[in-house]
Amino acid sequence: MFKGKDIVSIKELSKEEINRIFEVAEEMIPIAKGEKKSNILQGYVLATLFFEPSTRTRLSFETAMQRLGGSVIGFTNPKATSISKGETLADTISIVDLYSDVIVIRHPFEGSARLAAEFAEHPVINAGDGAGQHPTQTLLDLFTVVREFGEIKGLNVALIGDLKYGRTVHSLAYILSCLDANLYLVSPSLLRMPKHIIRELKNKPVETDNLEEILDEIDVFYVTRIQKERFPDPTEYRKVAGTYRITRKLLSKAKKNSIVMHPLPRVDEISPEVDHLPNARYFQQAFNGVPIRMALLALVLGVI
Amino acid sequence: MEEEKTLKVQKIKNGIVIDHIPCGRALKVLKILNIQGDIGSSVSIAMHVRSRYGWKDIVKIEDRYLEERELNKIALVAPAATVNIIKDYKVVKKHRVEVPERIVGIVRCTNPRCITNQNEPLTTEFYVISKDPLIIKCKYCERDMEPEEIFENII
Ligand SMILES: Nc1ncnc2c1ncn2[C@@H]1O[C@H](COP(=O)(O)OP(=O)(O)OP(=O)(O)O)[C@@H](O)[C@H]1O
Ligand SMILES: [Mg+2]
Ligand SMILES: [Zn+2]
Repeated sequence: MFKGKDIVSIKELSKEEINRIFEVAEEMIPIAKGEKKSNILQGYVLATLFFEPSTRTRLSFETAMQRLGGSVIGFTNPKATSISKGETLADTISIVDLYSDVIVIRHPFEGSARLAAEFAEHPVINAGDGAGQHPTQTLLDLFTVVREFGEIKGLNVALIGDLKYGRTVHSLAYILSCLDANLYLVSPSLLRMPKHIIRELKNKPVETDNLEEILDEIDVFYVTRIQKERFPDPTEYRKVAGTYRITRKLLSKAKKNSIVMHPLPRVDEISPEVDHLPNARYFQQAFNGVPIRMALLALVLGVI
Repeated sequence: MEEEKTLKVQKIKNGIVIDHIPCGRALKVLKILNIQGDIGSSVSIAMHVRSRYGWKDIVKIEDRYLEERELNKIALVAPAATVNIIKDYKVVKKHRVEVPERIVGIVRCTNPRCITNQNEPLTTEFYVISKDPLIIKCKYCERDMEPEEIFENII
């Protein structure tokens, strides 16, 4: 059911499909760690088209492909390509499609991955299109939670920080609510989750600007970066940023089994002292990007 | 002067009557049909007239017929409109416009960062999320558009 499928938006994946991806990702973990070898993608070529800089996403796709025996072509600097000569994205995609078996695209304009999927015969995986979707991030976030708790239903998940501009939280909120998590949206009022995102949630979330108030109910703290540039007044920024900082002291009042996640890179939303606490899951989460992307590549290429 | 007071809108011989337009939207309908002052046939507009269901606008255009594409555009601003085809002073056909499930190629996406606004060889496409009020979602960037934004962006 996956062979040839485009992965453009999380909204297009059914529960069954997500479960299947996770099942395969689980099997990929030892290979992702380098403990087991695999050649299932030998002879396949992945094209990574990064029209916008990215480190972790690109590297984890490349690692994923290579760990499965496949090879990678691509670029990270569109200025050095024919795109800077005014070629349309549609043309670039049509040509790269002739050179590869699967395409991964990161592009600054929203909807670009959908365009790519329409113009390419081979499957396209969206690695982030502007403020739009970033489905592999959403999947690895969800995978991290599922591995920890087994079941999403009834979990209390707090999305914290910049809920207005942070794209990862939009898709994550959507999928968590589809799976019946209880959502807590914790942000300064300036950075609340947009109404059109909330409108699509299955259950009404709790919205608050006060993390302390809900602290002891939360199973998952999903922390995002609050960017200084979002605030007209720097003192206002400092005040707000301090309020949402995750520290050892704060976590001492949280549920014992709660976990802390972050899409990274973090700046100072999570104090480094938290790294060594049993609650920290953000490095694990970053690692999970590899088995998830291995699973997606293997599935859309139809080798499993 | 005297004559003006008694002047009535004449019946049209051949053409169309677009009836049951929501109040205040008659000019939008004309804009959609790209009717300015120079079309060489007569156009009359009645705004804020009484109807069975309250108030409405009406547009009458002589010697003009509509294409499917134009009917679809009218549906966006006047979802309850009827387009009456007049032949020899009589209504010979009545066409109820309808908001289609998918809106293809007649609306521009309001999101400046949408790939459909970047000179790519694409036709815009929107899913209808709600018909009343009309809310549509871009197939590409997934941005929602509300009535006022939709009216402003009919191509
Ligand atoms: N020859 C004509 N010239 C100008 N307007 C006309 C002509 N014939 C009909 N109309 C107008 O076209 C509209 C539709 O006419 P019709 O006789 O079908 O009225 P109706 O039964 O009230 O229709 P509806 O149920 O759609 O409101 C009316 O607004 C009518 O005034
Ligand atoms: Mg009538
Ligand atoms: Zn759009």
